[in-house]
Amino acid sequence: MSKNSVKPLVEVENLKKHFDINTGFLSTKPLKAVDDVSFSINKGETLGLVGESGCGKTTVGRTLLHLYKPTGGRIWYDGREIRTKEDISYLRRKASMVFQDPYSSLNPRMTVSDIIGEPLDVQKKYTNKNERRDRILELMNYVGLNSEHASRYAHEFSGGQRQRIGIARALAVDPELLVCDEPVSALDVSIQAQVINMFVELQEKLGLTYLFIAHDILVVRHISDSIAVMYLGKMVELSDADEIYNRPLHPYSKSLLSAVPIPDPKTARERKRIVLSGDIPSPLNAPSGCPFRTRCPYATEECATSMPQFEEVSKGHYVACHRVNEIN
Amino acid sequence: MNKKIFSLHPDLDAFMPASEAEKEYMVEMRQSTTFFKDGVKRLLKNKVATASFIIILTIALASIILPMVWPYSYDAMLGVSPGKPVDSSYNNLRPFEYGATELRLIEQGEKVFPHIFGTDSSGRDYFIRVVYGTRISLAVGFFASIIVLVIGITVGSISGYAGGKIDLYVMRIVDIIYSLPDMLVVILLASVLRVSLAGVIEGSVLAKIGSNIISLFIVFGVLYWVSMARLIRGQILSLREQEYVLATRATGAKGSWIIRKHLIPNSIGVVIISTALQIPSAIFTESYLSFLGLGVNAPMPSLGSLASEALNGLTSYPFRLVIPAVVISLIVLSLNLFGDGLRDAFDPKLNK
Repeated sequence: MSKNSVKPLVEVENLKKHFDINTGFLSTKPLKAVDDVSFSINKGETLGLVGESGCGKTTVGRTLLHLYKPTGGRIWYDGREIRTKEDISYLRRKASMVFQDPYSSLNPRMTVSDIIGEPLDVQKKYTNKNERRDRILELMNYVGLNSEHASRYAHEFSGGQRQRIGIARALAVDPELLVCDEPVSALDVSIQAQVINMFVELQEKLGLTYLFIAHDILVVRHISDSIAVMYLGKMVELSDADEIYNRPLHPYSKSLLSAVPIPDPKTARERKRIVLSGDIPSPLNAPSGCPFRTRCPYATEECATSMPQFEEVSKGHYVACHRVNEIN
Repeated sequence: MNKKIFSLHPDLDAFMPASEAEKEYMVEMRQSTTFFKDGVKRLLKNKVATASFIIILTIALASIILPMVWPYSYDAMLGVSPGKPVDSSYNNLRPFEYGATELRLIEQGEKVFPHIFGTDSSGRDYFIRVVYGTRISLAVGFFASIIVLVIGITVGSISGYAGGKIDLYVMRIVDIIYSLPDMLVVILLASVLRVSLAGVIEGSVLAKIGSNIISLFIVFGVLYWVSMARLIRGQILSLREQEYVLATRATGAKGSWIIRKHLIPNSIGVVIISTALQIPSAIFTESYLSFLGLGVNAPMPSLGSLASEALNGLTSYPFRLVIPAVVISLIVLSLNLFGDGLRDAFDPKLNK
């Protein structure tokens, strides 16, 4: 599939999500979980979203699906802007979500077939019981579960199997877009590989589009066409997956990539690690100017005063950094 | 293969691929079990709770079946027969004593069913009155708990799920009702309602139940739902943050769907337990209201009103007070013990 000919399935422009945090009696302060994030995903492609814990990745995914009401910004799905209740219910039929924790995302009181069948029940996607059962078995087959698992409860399964149940549920609405919110981070490594390969297979078979959220950049690189890096609610870099992996431009992406473990001791020893000092600042008291400046080795006075723009520095490669040309 | 003696390398020929049957054997999982089955299993292990359950069941069945087969009825005054003067020998019989006409029948060699607990001051068989009173008390306790349950679940789940302003207002109302001295309000409401209700329900089916019992139910409906609502709200507040609720929202489900399919089923364990514990407290309330004369209408007995009537002849017939008191204690005690057993069996958080 040529990348220029496909049109974007999802477009997000200046998406904002602020939570009001109680700071005292009757006083609140906005927590800018997501601030001015823009991206688009082409049909059939995968955008990987990486960043450390608490940087707003999950909030982007949930706000994109209107599970949180956006504070600002616009979302288009397949050319239709999502604003009203009708738009949202349209979105619900086209997009679904795979959750991070395979333990808390499945209702312990429901059998597997009820969990997978619930989206069908809610959206009334069948005319009789047999149709429902056949569809559930088909979905279980997609994700590699046996039909005899249908009458069991979620607690009888391992983490990997539970995540498969979660994926089958997400596929039940016949979605075009799947938001995968760290779907493998709760699984151990060998199971991660199985589940990720299943995501790849499903994408080929069903023509799915993914927003793949993870904090493991290797996992994301394996599955993504393009990668976006987030820091403190902002997107700092967005580019083609290989480009960002081989030639990261933003200092944060550089340090993120330098932390990736390499399964070859020789290369690993020769590599220069960029170790960031300090912790991620609280999003309640975000630094002025560039959010990364408190930990950035290249920060100047300019970084403290003005917010860098998210600009295209080469074709399809967006970076938000004042000094991007000087440091590369 | 020419195997070296000291080689630690395993002999590869010893490894055989598993046959289909062997694979089948390996994947066999334990019998699928549900939360409910697990709980029942744990409950049956608890001897005290099981014994209490058997006692309750026996009392309940006896109170339903015995009045149907007993030769005496709870409101028949044995000394009164049409066209004859009142035979006062039937009044205030002691256990296993007989009235004048009955003694004559026995002399003639006929068998007369004994008055196990004797009769009361109006010549009514006391045993069947106790049985019937137990039936009324149990029924009141059961239905009052159902009323509390329904109101509590509805208000609690809506308040907990909606959150925000709705939750704030509902919980303030709950706080207000909570802070009222409930004994006082119960007595006030019961005495006002029994007068005003009597006119309203006259002639309808409700009149047969009696205005006092209906006012009892209203009192329960108004006052006692608050703790149930609080309990359920607390449950729902923690459950609605679970990811499976978000997952359901992502499919486009409405709030009512989520409450019905996810939140209530997941808090049902706690609900059953507190309902089981609510029944004895309802029986208790009914008893003391009846004791104060605000309970069931005469001649219908309840355990409380029986105890109250027994006060008049306390020095001569103390057993008339002791019997209903023992029955109340037995019911309340075994329901409480059973409720505790239920909680231990079904509330996994208390298990460990």
